[in-house]
Amino acid sequence: MSSVTPTAAAPGGRATSAPLLGRDHEPTIFEFSSEGRRSFSFRTTGLPEWTAEELVPAGYLRPEPVALTEVSERDLVAHVTRLTHRQYSVDLGAYPLGSCTMKYNPKLCDDAASLPGLAAVHPATPAALAQGWLELLWSLGDSLCEVTGMHACTLQPPAGAAGELTGLLLMRAWHESRGERRTKIIIPDSAHGTNPASVTLGGYQTVTVPSDERGLVDLEALRARLDSDVAGIMLTNPNTLGLFEEDIAAIAEAVHEVGGLLYYDGANLNAILGVTRPGDMGFDIVHMNLHKTFAVPHGGGGPGAGPVAVSERLAEFLPGPVPARGDDGTFAWRTPSRSIGRVHTWYGNALALARAYSYILANGGDGLRRVAEGAVLNANWLRHRLRGTYDLPYDRPNMHEFVASTTTLKKDRGMRALDVGKRLLEKGFHAPTVYFPLIVDEALMIEPTETESPETLGALADALIAIAGDEPGEGAAAPRTTPVGRVDEALAARVLLPTWDAVAAHDAS
Amino acid sequence: MGHFVPHTDRDIERMLADIGLSSLDELFEVVPEALRLAGGLDLPAGMPEPDVLAEMDRLAALNRFGSDLICFAGAGAYDHEVPSATKRLTFRSEFVTAYTPYQPEVAQGVLQALFEYQSLISRISGLPIANASLYDGASAAVEGVNLAVAAKKRPTVWLSGGLHPHWRATLATFAAGTGHRLVDVPLRNGVTDWSAMDPAAAGAPVEAPAALVVASPNYLGAYEDLKAARHVADAHDALLIAGFDPVSSGLLAPPGDLGADVVVGEGQPFGTPLSFGGPYLGLFACRSEQVRRLPGRLVGRTVDTEGRPAYVTTLRAREQDIRREKASSNVCTNQTLIAVACMIQLSWLGTAGLREMALRCARGTRYAREALTAIPGVELLTDAPTLREFALRTPVPATVVVERMADEGFLAGVPVGLDGGVVTDSGDALLVAVTERRTKAEIDNYVSCFEKVVR
Ligand SMILES: Cc1ncc(COP(=O)(O)O)c(C=O)c1O
Repeated sequence: MSSVTPTAAAPGGRATSAPLLGRDHEPTIFEFSSEGRRSFSFRTTGLPEWTAEELVPAGYLRPEPVALTEVSERDLVAHVTRLTHRQYSVDLGAYPLGSCTMKYNPKLCDDAASLPGLAAVHPATPAALAQGWLELLWSLGDSLCEVTGMHACTLQPPAGAAGELTGLLLMRAWHESRGERRTKIIIPDSAHGTNPASVTLGGYQTVTVPSDERGLVDLEALRARLDSDVAGIMLTNPNTLGLFEEDIAAIAEAVHEVGGLLYYDGANLNAILGVTRPGDMGFDIVHMNLHKTFAVPHGGGGPGAGPVAVSERLAEFLPGPVPARGDDGTFAWRTPSRSIGRVHTWYGNALALARAYSYILANGGDGLRRVAEGAVLNANWLRHRLRGTYDLPYDRPNMHEFVASTTTLKKDRGMRALDVGKRLLEKGFHAPTVYFPLIVDEALMIEPTETESPETLGALADALIAIAGDEPGEGAAAPRTTPVGRVDEALAARVLLPTWDAVAAHDAS
Repeated sequence: MGHFVPHTDRDIERMLADIGLSSLDELFEVVPEALRLAGGLDLPAGMPEPDVLAEMDRLAALNRFGSDLICFAGAGAYDHEVPSATKRLTFRSEFVTAYTPYQPEVAQGVLQALFEYQSLISRISGLPIANASLYDGASAAVEGVNLAVAAKKRPTVWLSGGLHPHWRATLATFAAGTGHRLVDVPLRNGVTDWSAMDPAAAGAPVEAPAALVVASPNYLGAYEDLKAARHVADAHDALLIAGFDPVSSGLLAPPGDLGADVVVGEGQPFGTPLSFGGPYLGLFACRSEQVRRLPGRLVGRTVDTEGRPAYVTTLRAREQDIRREKASSNVCTNQTLIAVACMIQLSWLGTAGLREMALRCARGTRYAREALTAIPGVELLTDAPTLREFALRTPVPATVVVERMADEGFLAGVPVGLDGGVVTDSGDALLVAVTERRTKAEIDNYVSCFEKVVR
């Protein structure tokens, strides 16, 4: 087997010693409330103490204060801290969640984005008084254009899905500027759900193109779907199976041939940093998930940032304003001449953008290429280790992630992808992405990222291999070492309790 | 390897050998040679940590903020206190470095925090359902419009002229894709004049709207009459979407109580610094009958196998990963961490604190408004009553006031205009906001500088 046998060592990315404080549930903040208790304190202002009645016209005043909670700061801090003890995170251990690029987020980026000179600046500060911010955003956009091989960039979209919709509206504006009204967007059957959802919001119909036996876009099937009604195609490359679309040049040519544009879903950009660029592949529009590739932490589900970069012919359609550098080296806001308009209240998730910029500075061009090398090396190594234990429906050189499956294990012993994920939680790792992409039965989509050491990877492989040998039924009982056991999702949907008030009303009935 | 890649040269050699390769370049042989980037990225070499921080410091030092530029600007972004408890707790790395809670058994921390957030937003909005966050105020307004059009199956939406001009711009951008028809309803005396939409006044039959969108307080700071808006909505069988200021909700009746079907807002004031405009927080609440059209994530309470309370994202069949092109929205990643900050901040404020915060904003605003309008030539743009923000006409254009006031150490406000009864983000008037952080001394100083610069 492998010459890397790290099980003897204690891998840094395995969280079996996490401090889980017993198995009681944590009450809600509302249950800690006691009348008259308080945490707040405000600045001494010296202002006249007009009453609410003197300040608000009678018809508008709320008769009673809105009931929130009444807690001491000490109890609030304890409650929230206990909540954090019930939460897995990258800082705790490995998080091989496919398509999500859960890499370690360097702490220096936290500090960079916390500088008061960035965090305390009002967004309506005139450009002349916010030159640092404009320079930062301009430089980041410039770096992202270099990484993607594009010409110009908007930093406004606050997440990947927002970037997709922005890109589709750019396509629409481009076609309309040429007097064309196209109606269809092609996406592969392996695409992420945000792609078709964005297509609908962009006012287009989704046409699905199947993947072939290699796991790549079926070129012939694509050609059969191309006509002058096709506005464009959305692809991610490597695709959601972690496979590089080798025919991308032919795909680009065929789509451009019918006057369509190519959209690059940048969720998988980590695999190709400094290796190849969407612009060189023929893409016209690219979104990036800075919260994947550029180490912006995910915050439990956001905020992220989803900048969109475009080729030269689309630059004048970008959302505005965008930072621009004048001949004298100063920076100003500029709205592109045929801009589709704003897609965010201000300039996007600025502090997330600052984090990404500090990450790019720390890595530099050479460091970014090493990110891709590490990510692809780790994923290929792990696939090799799992061969023979799990099905590998596309067992060929992969990029930063790969998709395994429990089809055989399910047939033989009833083991489902979900069970493997839950068992992995017991072994101190986060689960892979399960049941995505939809074209793989019992999918386990595994993306180790470049920041996990070989020791951690070895321990992860050992855990996955051990799980495959489980007694039947063990998976269904998992997880047993987590703050709660398996959660009744059906009940949550049947009896909807989305607030504490709903819980109270339900308990009373 | 690089800075944050832990592999030693020996690790790489061994791993490559394990998979039958002899060089890292071979990993990329699946990339056609013609597409491989020759010569690498044209970016500077990587920098050591202290150098990166020095460069970020250099950029930060080029911005003006804080005591060097005392903030009287608002326009949806407010200089409120972010207490230490909120800062410290929000930056807990368990929250910061987790993904979306796909595995609820190891995500109870984020899920319960979101459940508590939803509970608090439900109370301040006066509606029973609040989602787990959207990107910002503008995106919440966009999703509200999408919900209403889907519910009513009619493409027309009436927008109050008092909406944040950037919300209006964002709504217009996305309407290009959805084909929604957005119709502006002008302001009169600072508040929305719904009578302009009477067929008689419009001089033509009006298309029945799917929804009315109105903010109260509006962009000029004035209270809107939501009950009147409700009557207009009823006359057209339309939904009422109310934009609200969550801070003012400490004093004002909640929009849900006044008849709003959907409440949207900007949650930045609770626990998030000004941040040059983001990440902020889209607040979104609605009535129970709309829950299956709710955009974004929703956390529900349930039990685990042992019957203990547990939390999970629910009604997932609305969402893009399951519903794909028929999803209620395309939102995936949202603003969870900012929602957690909001939950912590609202708990820290509590029942009495939220009221006190709103009251203090209103006191400072009134004090500043009275002093400023006593300056000859300085007048209110509209005489509608306002709570925490107001617009002024000044003897010199607002951009000049802002420029000159910066030399005195103040961010004087945000230029604003009115075009045919619709608020714009540029113009000769000045929008001024006063938060609970502004002292009497700061306001007095601001007013005397103001008097000097408008002369
Ligand atoms: C392949 C792919 N596309 C698009 C997205 C959407 O990105 P976001 O969650 O930032 O909206 C994701 C992430 O979840 C993804 O994995």
